[in-house]
Amino acid sequence: MKDIADELSEHPFFEGLAPETLSLIAGCGVNAVYKPEELLAREGSSADELFVIRKGRVALLMHSTERGALQVDTRDAGDVVGLSFLVPPYRWPVEARAVQTVHVIRMDGKCLRDKCNADTALGYELMQRVATALMGHLNARSIQLLDLYGQLEL
Amino acid sequence: MNDALIPELCNVNGRLEDTPDVFTLDLVPPPGYRGFAPGQFNMLYVPGAGEAAISISGDPEDSYRLVHTIRAVGDVTSQLRTRDGHSQVGVRGPFGKPWPIDAARGGDLIIVAGGIGMAPMRPVLYAALADRASYDNIYLLYGARTPRDILFQEQLMEWHRQGAITAIITVDAARPSWKGDVGAVTGFIGRIPVNPRNTVAMICGPEIMMRYAASELLVKGIPMDRIHVSMERNMKCATAFCGHCQLGPYFVCRDGPVFRYSDVAAMMEVKQF
Repeated sequence: MKDIADELSEHPFFEGLAPETLSLIAGCGVNAVYKPEELLAREGSSADELFVIRKGRVALLMHSTERGALQVDTRDAGDVVGLSFLVPPYRWPVEARAVQTVHVIRMDGKCLRDKCNADTALGYELMQRVATALMGHLNARSIQLLDLYGQLEL
Repeated sequence: MNDALIPELCNVNGRLEDTPDVFTLDLVPPPGYRGFAPGQFNMLYVPGAGEAAISISGDPEDSYRLVHTIRAVGDVTSQLRTRDGHSQVGVRGPFGKPWPIDAARGGDLIIVAGGIGMAPMRPVLYAALADRASYDNIYLLYGARTPRDILFQEQLMEWHRQGAITAIITVDAARPSWKGDVGAVTGFIGRIPVNPRNTVAMICGPEIMMRYAASELLVKGIPMDRIHVSMERNMKCATAFCGHCQLGPYFVCRDGPVFRYSDVAAMMEVKQF
């Protein structure tokens, strides 16, 4: 049976990390399952978890008084949700909610941060991965913001 | 069609409202109709309103229907939207260089479309599916504004369900009830397996989207000359005389609208082009 370190080694976000590094951070993770519509994180709440998606889809939503809830992104197997765990002030900028049954490795954000602080090489490595992912999300969000296909009316 | 500068009147078979601002006009081809190649366009003429360059969105093998999918954004296209089974539309064409579908035979085909850019891509899918065994994987990545702006949704999903294509359809934003993908279409390129030496990519949509998409495909290792884009410029004569659609050394109406990305990439990044 695979342990958390094995599962992390197969996930694109952790691809290429040394086995000893994976073992070190695996101690911060547990397997978890979320049912459809179940909340993973509330917008504005403390970002204390990184969700490593193994199966299923997670929707990221924002709420506004004028327009109600809007899905602004979805994440699937191979993605992670909760990059704010490594970026002060460690707050969720969006709501994360399961669309389908979602299987994740739920990583304790504070545990990961403590390990990054204690081992700066690990911290730099994870920060590079977080920055790369954030850059991808930023580019994608810029394209969405441009509303290239016309006037956005839901 | 006979004279490239004289519109031929075609009867309208019918009009279908696809989305809140996009409709499909189904015309009876004129006498002597010789078909079109995927990616080509016609100039559609409404007396008293003028002409507009419109991509052909139907099946290239269907000689009984000439189908155009149109976004109503100006006078001509708004007038076209009033046409129904009792009216006629002037047609000149087809014009332009088509998608290089043959270049994809024997390998994978990646289609990236955004918004109304899906219209000129549907004939590519019709053509590839008519000869499905000649291609390996066919991927369609299609981005729309919202779920209700998705063109040809049922047909695309049916092809996906049949396993004929792998379709990823994403929207920029949606209500919580939407169960599909949300996010920029360019962000999904990284998710598909790519064999860079044996893949042809075709992109159609807003120019910024095409640039980002091409950039992601280049990261995947697809050579620049195997990435093709469809450029949109102000087409007037459609016969490379008037110069309205000039793009550097090219006339988009004659030398395009489909170009190798390697031929136009530099111009796509410069403001004055």
